[in-house]
Amino acid sequence: MRNWWWKIVCIVLLGYTVVGGLLMPVPRLDILNETIRNLYFHVPMWFTMLVLYGCAFVYSIKYLRSNDLKDDLYAVQLTNTGIFFSILGMATGMEWAQFTWGAAWSNDPKQLGTAMSMLIYFAYLILRSGIKDEEKRAKISAVYNVFAFAMMIPLIFILPRMVDSLHPGNGGNPAFKQYDLDSNMRMVFYPAVAGWIGLGLWIASLKIRTALLNHEEEQMEFDFEK
Amino acid sequence: MRKLSLTLLLLISTTIYCQAQATQMADEMRSNGKIYVVVAVLATIFAGILIYLVMLDRKITRLEKQRK
Repeated sequence: MRNWWWKIVCIVLLGYTVVGGLLMPVPRLDILNETIRNLYFHVPMWFTMLVLYGCAFVYSIKYLRSNDLKDDLYAVQLTNTGIFFSILGMATGMEWAQFTWGAAWSNDPKQLGTAMSMLIYFAYLILRSGIKDEEKRAKISAVYNVFAFAMMIPLIFILPRMVDSLHPGNGGNPAFKQYDLDSNMRMVFYPAVAGWIGLGLWIASLKIRTALLNHEEEQMEFDFEK
Repeated sequence: MRKLSLTLLLLISTTIYCQAQATQMADEMRSNGKIYVVVAVLATIFAGILIYLVMLDRKITRLEKQRK
């Protein structure tokens, strides 16, 4: 295992999240009841997605500057993992909403914004699969990825906050204030976020390394044919 | 004789009482709502996923070393 120390930190933090997240005291709130514990699992999915998309965005810009196909490969695998976490976040959010808001889908502004940004990122993968030429695919998808990231931020983090929403932190509803995140919850929530982001980066790094191995193999065959 | 039987009765009843107490307190996995069982199940699944990731990581590292 390469650079193993942060992976061990990640394992410890997530182990603590699973056990502490279920057993540590939480505030007693109506409607939410024990489901407040979902905060340790549902919300970090989105933070992880954000970090992965952010890294992909950086690598897309790097590709446009360097024209190195490896940067493109990093961007794609990071985006892939980000999409995986966004699907997990959406699924867990819908499960949670079913039992607290009364319906899995209630056209909440944040749900709609998230669904739109998910579609934008799905289109990124479809766009890539539609272009045969490697260089052209890398360049077009890098430009698209920069726009996708620039769209994702307002869709998920700005627009839903300007209208009324069921999510906390929207429509003048304060997020992460005492009323929905007390000091007991912070003791699990912050390690949980760090742990899940670590897991996302770990999975992405494995995908990147596999893809790099494939890439090198193709390169070697290409040189051999020459 | 009566004293003896009384003592015996007391002894037996205490042991039974203690046993009842012991079964009730069996362990935490069986107590209050059995949430610890859920924690154990989740922890098992989680450990499985992490072990899988570690094995995958080591396999890729081995492949990378072979390539060099």
